[in-house]
Amino acid sequence: MIEVRKLIKRFGLKTILRGVDFSVAPGEFVALLGPNGAGKTTFLRILSTLSRPSLGAVTVAGFRLPQDAAAVRRRLGVVSHMPLLYGDLTAEENLRFFGRMYGLEMLAARIDDVLEMVGLTARRRDLVRTFSRGMQQRLAIGRAVLHNPDVMLFDEPYTGLDQDASEMLDDVLREVAAKGRTVVMTSHDLARAEELATRFDILSRGVISASVSRAGLGANNLLDFYKQALANGQ
Amino acid sequence: MDNKRPSSSYFQAVLAVAWKDLAAELRSRELLSAMLVFALLVILIFNFSLELDKEARENVTAGVLWTTFAFAGTLGLNRSMAVEKDRGCLDGLLLAPVDRSAIYFGKAISNLAFMLLVEIIVLPVYSILYTSVSTMRLFTPAFLGVTLLGSIGYVAVGTLLASMAVQSRTRDVMLPILLFPVIVPVLVASVQASRAILQALEMSEVMAWVNLLIVYDVIFIALAFMVFDYVVEE
Repeated sequence: MIEVRKLIKRFGLKTILRGVDFSVAPGEFVALLGPNGAGKTTFLRILSTLSRPSLGAVTVAGFRLPQDAAAVRRRLGVVSHMPLLYGDLTAEENLRFFGRMYGLEMLAARIDDVLEMVGLTARRRDLVRTFSRGMQQRLAIGRAVLHNPDVMLFDEPYTGLDQDASEMLDDVLREVAAKGRTVVMTSHDLARAEELATRFDILSRGVISASVSRAGLGANNLLDFYKQALANGQ
Repeated sequence: MDNKRPSSSYFQAVLAVAWKDLAAELRSRELLSAMLVFALLVILIFNFSLELDKEARENVTAGVLWTTFAFAGTLGLNRSMAVEKDRGCLDGLLLAPVDRSAIYFGKAISNLAFMLLVEIIVLPVYSILYTSVSTMRLFTPAFLGVTLLGSIGYVAVGTLLASMAVQSRTRDVMLPILLFPVIVPVLVASVQASRAILQALEMSEVMAWVNLLIVYDVIFIALAFMVFDYVVEE
């Protein structure tokens, strides 16, 4: 579903990604882990068509980037640590707006389904700026799945969430993954990543330094694997 | 071609962006109230500081009005793009599978609506404060037409440059620095055409400036259509 070969990203003289090789099979849930500054967000921004690769080949859902960016966007849902929602619109108006931008048919019914899924039906007519951070993040996931994407990218979705909100987000993420979507999530929360993902890739100093499946991890702890991968990458 | 998934029509996306801005502003009234208060203050300050006699008032009307519109417009353009950037909403817009120039046109339409609304309120206030023979001509179709053309040119350039300036950390300062040198032809043509109408000069004198305004509007709308994608890309 996602194929990345020798991806390099430079900002001026600074090289952020130094030849990333990465592939994700359909239905896989990959946790992309790494220290701050490793290039996780830059990598997800390239996959989500918000940034162009400097060199290398990137294919998402069978479409090449940046050439087929619009086709990729149709198949992509993105959730970041920012909600990407308008505070002065209601939950329903936000979803209606994004639904129109995606040209969705039967939009009213789809909005009902999505609000039900993220547990915000009762708050559908409330302004988003009155929502808690957790509710905003749930609505952000609703926005991202509104057009029924095949691939979902989550960039630090737990940032700023309290315990209850994080647990609610866990449930929504499990539901998203259970529908067979391909998911790539960056996170610093190893415990959550270990619980949700089926594969763990470590991005360190601009390259994927290690990768292991849940089965491959066996009885080992993800934290130990992570520390080992970072130590090897030094 | 990617026909398997629905995609928004170009005009549907333009209207969705404009609707979203107008609906959000109707709720918050942040942008309009700031523009309006600023515009009225500028007119009041000019009125008290210049202490003009009747003849001088006839001569400065066009200049004072367009200075007011330009300053108030800058405030609105800055705010309009800052709202998109601050909550990451610009990324949400850019993730939609539409030609990105549709986002530009949607934003330009809403910016134009805000600017025209401010002008509609400012003109009667100006005519009361600066009573003279020429102020009676502020409400003629010719003057209103020039105001519309000048505003279109201002917004066409302003929306594009505000999209650039918003990426910078010094965006509040950056926009006027970028905008005012580029907008000089629009301001000169608008002031000269307005002055000719207010002083009841020959139509041929008005039309020379009006033609310049039309050419400028067309050139900058076409330029924005071509370059907006590159301006907003990382």
